[in-house]
Amino acid sequence: MARIDVNHVRHSYLPNPQKDADFALREVHHIFEDGGAYALLGPSGCGKTTLLNIISGLLHPSHGQLLFNGRDVTNLSTQERNIAQVFQFPVIYDTMTVYDNLAFPLRNRGVPEADVDRKVRETLEMIDLASWAKKKARGLTADQKQKISLGRGLVRSDVNAILFDEPLTVIDPHMKWVLRSQLKQLHRRFGYTMVYVTHDQTEALTFADQVVVMYDGGIVQIGTPAELFERPRHTFVGYFIGSPGMNVMPVAIDGKTATLGSQRIELPGAPKAGGGAIELGIRPEYVRLGRDGMAVSISKVEDVGRHKVVRAKLEGRDIAAVIGEDETVPAEPKVRFDPAGINIYADSWLVDMGRVEMGVA
Amino acid sequence: MDKTWNNKAWFLVLPVLVLVAFTAVIPLMTVVNYSVQDTFGNNVFFWAGTEWFEELLSSSRFWEAMVRNLVFSFIILAIEVPLGIFIALNMPKKGWGVPVCLVLMSLPLLIPWNVVGTIWQVFGRNDIGLLGYYVNALGIDYNYVQDPFDAWVTIIVMDVWHWTSLVVLLCYAGLVSIPDAFYQAAKIDGASRWAVFRYIQLPKMQRVLLIAVLLRFMDSFMIYTEPFVVTGGGPGNSTTFLSIDLVKTALGQFDLGPAAAMSLVYFLIILLLSWVFYTVMTNYDAER
Repeated sequence: MARIDVNHVRHSYLPNPQKDADFALREVHHIFEDGGAYALLGPSGCGKTTLLNIISGLLHPSHGQLLFNGRDVTNLSTQERNIAQVFQFPVIYDTMTVYDNLAFPLRNRGVPEADVDRKVRETLEMIDLASWAKKKARGLTADQKQKISLGRGLVRSDVNAILFDEPLTVIDPHMKWVLRSQLKQLHRRFGYTMVYVTHDQTEALTFADQVVVMYDGGIVQIGTPAELFERPRHTFVGYFIGSPGMNVMPVAIDGKTATLGSQRIELPGAPKAGGGAIELGIRPEYVRLGRDGMAVSISKVEDVGRHKVVRAKLEGRDIAAVIGEDETVPAEPKVRFDPAGINIYADSWLVDMGRVEMGVA
Repeated sequence: MDKTWNNKAWFLVLPVLVLVAFTAVIPLMTVVNYSVQDTFGNNVFFWAGTEWFEELLSSSRFWEAMVRNLVFSFIILAIEVPLGIFIALNMPKKGWGVPVCLVLMSLPLLIPWNVVGTIWQVFGRNDIGLLGYYVNALGIDYNYVQDPFDAWVTIIVMDVWHWTSLVVLLCYAGLVSIPDAFYQAAKIDGASRWAVFRYIQLPKMQRVLLIAVLLRFMDSFMIYTEPFVVTGGGPGNSTTFLSIDLVKTALGQFDLGPAAAMSLVYFLIILLLSWVFYTVMTNYDAER
């Protein structure tokens, strides 16, 4: 296991990158702590797989440095870095048995056969495939195959990190949940450093202690799932995390008051916004629907089971609110914003309002 | 609900039936007819029963041609398959090299068979042929017209030149279908170049290789045009394969009965071998 330092890494797939737009990865500077479970979350094309491949050594970064436990590994090959990686599509060696698949990485490294046997048996227990050991790997289901891919990483106990590149994409929904909790368990028991790439927020939020949200080739926020939910540092994080995403509306600020069209909204503090486009962001969970506040017109109500999502127009702008499953929409609906959920953004970045945070670090 | 029977549909199948009848069934039945009769000309036929078949199966000429054919097929498979795999592995996977290589590889396949024969016939001549002249100039005694060994070498090299591309193209198609993740995973697992070939590339090529072997075997077993143009089956009978022997019997000597019997045996051998290959392939699929 290792601490991974990503030092000002930039990467471009072009031979001679000039502008910022030529970079698939603009600049990433981050430390993955030893034994941490991280998720890299972001939409397709945001650079998360690029970053993962740079860590594993499948890609050499155009600029910057990579350290494992303080040792510079930027120019080392994938093999020398000693990491494990699980890919989007299960990679198995068709013609081998399950046992031989797991033994493959050890035999390639010249491990004595007695140790290979012990390790493989342990790993088969860990991934719950002991009874399949003698079966040909090609007859297995997608989730079993993906477990083998994972097992080939786990079998080498000395790996520096285990990297996952959207590993559950081809797995059935109910198996996703099972595999995810098994991964979580493995992490708790053995303390691997794990980096997990995904575009699925549920996956990221349930798997990771720290979620790294990436957007357009850079990291926009790193935090616990709660932080990402309560205080998105960038409006993109607000949109991307949560279902439905955060309501963002342009406002004018005057001291502790925001003006939205003809409405005035009291803020929990005075934002220190210098200039630029000012926006107010509030999650649908903090929008209270009732008989007092700002008048809205309801467009539709979606019942998603655990709660209802109310789509409405406030001052001509779309706004979403979440209400309880048993609540009803009043005849003359009005909304209030819970001050705890109000965030102010200048040019898409969060502005400090000088409030004392409770329960959020 | 009652099913509606519409016999008009048969008219749609009729053209195919007529076509197959005239191109395959009727000619084949003619051959069957000839194989059990004898003739002295003038369209007068006598019943001969299984006489021609007995004569054929006990003739050393037939068996010698058969052995030659099998040896030839074996040799060219033993050369073309490994060589084809080797070339396919070394062909570029992207960039401008891909179309260049593909076109180069397709060229021999685009040349008509008798032209291939003529090219090599001239190429190998030791008076005016580029190859034959210089090989002799190097002090190696090479003359495919007189020396059976030289004749075999010439025909084998010609076939390798003509058909290795087919194996290459099929293998290449198998190789490019392997996702990058497999190679990346192999790197992470610390696999050697040989292990990558043995456990990733070869299994992925297995199906196309089977097809390549099947096609090359059947083609080489039926080979006629090229050796006919280059050596005419000689020197002596050293390059007389089944098909050449058949043509000699049927058209050279005009022995319709024996030639027809030979055609049928030949046909049955091909049928049998195709069935074997088909069974192997489908079993392989079922196993997956």
